[in-house]
Amino acid sequence: MSDRIVDCRGLACPQPVINTKKAVEQLVSGRIIVIVDNEVAKSNVVKFATANSLGAAVEEKDGHYYITLVKDVSQLSPVSPRTEITGECESRQVYLITRNTLGQGSEELGAVLMKSFMATLLEVNPQPAAMLFINSGVKLTVQGSPVLEQLATLAGRGVSILSCGTCLDYYQLKADLAVGEATNMYTIVETISTSKTVSL
Amino acid sequence: MGPGDLAGILSRLPVMHNPNVLVGIATSDDAGVYKLNPTTALIQTVDFFTPIVDDPYMFGQIAAANSLSDIYAMGAMPITALNLVAFPNCKLPGEVLLAILQGGQDKVAEAGAVIIGGHTIDDTEPKYGLSVTGIAHPDKIWTNAGAQPGDYLVLTKALGTGILASAARADMFAQGVAAATVSMAALNAKAAKAATDFNIHACTDITGFGLLGHVYEMAAGSSVAVTIDSASLPILPEAADAAAIGLVPGGAYANRNYLQTVEFADSVPENIRDICFDPQTSGGLLFAVPENEAGKLMAALGVAGVTAASVIGQVTATGKGEIYVR
Repeated sequence: MSDRIVDCRGLACPQPVINTKKAVEQLVSGRIIVIVDNEVAKSNVVKFATANSLGAAVEEKDGHYYITLVKDVSQLSPVSPRTEITGECESRQVYLITRNTLGQGSEELGAVLMKSFMATLLEVNPQPAAMLFINSGVKLTVQGSPVLEQLATLAGRGVSILSCGTCLDYYQLKADLAVGEATNMYTIVETISTSKTVSL
Repeated sequence: MGPGDLAGILSRLPVMHNPNVLVGIATSDDAGVYKLNPTTALIQTVDFFTPIVDDPYMFGQIAAANSLSDIYAMGAMPITALNLVAFPNCKLPGEVLLAILQGGQDKVAEAGAVIIGGHTIDDTEPKYGLSVTGIAHPDKIWTNAGAQPGDYLVLTKALGTGILASAARADMFAQGVAAATVSMAALNAKAAKAATDFNIHACTDITGFGLLGHVYEMAAGSSVAVTIDSASLPILPEAADAAAIGLVPGGAYANRNYLQTVEFADSVPENIRDICFDPQTSGGLLFAVPENEAGKLMAALGVAGVTAASVIGQVTATGKGEIYVR
């Protein structure tokens, strides 16, 4: 759960809010520090944080504002009693994707099935809360992936796309990560243990 | 420009005097009024801006409706208009310019006026608007400076176009953005016509300084204090939600900082305060009308199809432009 920095200095309204929103959606849990260089952007990011119950501590340094938002993993927890966002998340699914193809058997068939699975997922409501990619699953979130477009669409709808950092390193794909973010085993385990998870 | 910056610059220019000028720049009104003879006054205004929607035809319509609005706010009829165009010839195809001009022309035609010329320059970013001339009887001009204690304030269009323009850039709140586009392209002609039979003490249109900026100009110009009822404000769909998550344009903050005479009741939520300061494009007319005529004016606006119209407050006393929002 390392801090995510969202540097919005030099960006015109409403870009800082858009970037903050994206970062919040991609993060399952943890702290986000948004840096802005003007009062309007600061006020708008604080409004966004307040509306989404993310807290917002503002610190001013050298004319720049550092706004710390906290996204709490308990919002994904089924036992958490809080807010309607929690209610919506309770029934939302987390997918743990362990391979770059779907199912056991023919690799060729498995590749076709994975593509079909992702395309179909776009049509289903509610959308999953998060998708976790481990081992060869990370080949789906990098440049050249056959399902990159579908995953990008899901990310755009607020689905957290998280790829195992160790796995990206192993396959030497870290520089090619094209959608979502790299994550660690702690976050993966935390997400799985607090959510309804299906492993594929 | 924000109201503070502009006032600072203009105060350094000497005021030009002419006995035929019935309304000049001194009272921050919507348009200038020049008396030609005892029965006819010339009303002149100009406005132009950068695209606020992607569709060039729609942009043309909105820019024209916005420019024509100042004429309606003076109680006048538009007769002629001149196009003001800045266009990047190298970057954009001529069809885009054609669509902008077609949108403007269609709106001017709808207003019963005619475009008789214009001027185009090459620029890095498109800009469009019109200089519009109207006529009225010199005694029938609506200024923003005649509101009287007891008057009701009637607003004819819903608020939130600036916030929803931010939402459009963020690719969010599509329903609200669509409603804002329709509202901005609508002429204030129907509202102005419906009000002609009434004792309009003051009128202005709501544009860049936001609702409260223009309420302030009317209240200060009329030497009165007003109360605005925030629960009665007509607000575009999703504008309050968009404000709540921080899609508030810089102009709204500038308007808020400039206005020193506004006091809010604690119960008015932050996002509604933002809507009160939100810069509007092609906003509605704001009428100050005697209390006993307000009901009939509302009925007339309803019959004319001005469905967003709402009584939003009242002039409470003489004053210096104090605004209380409850």
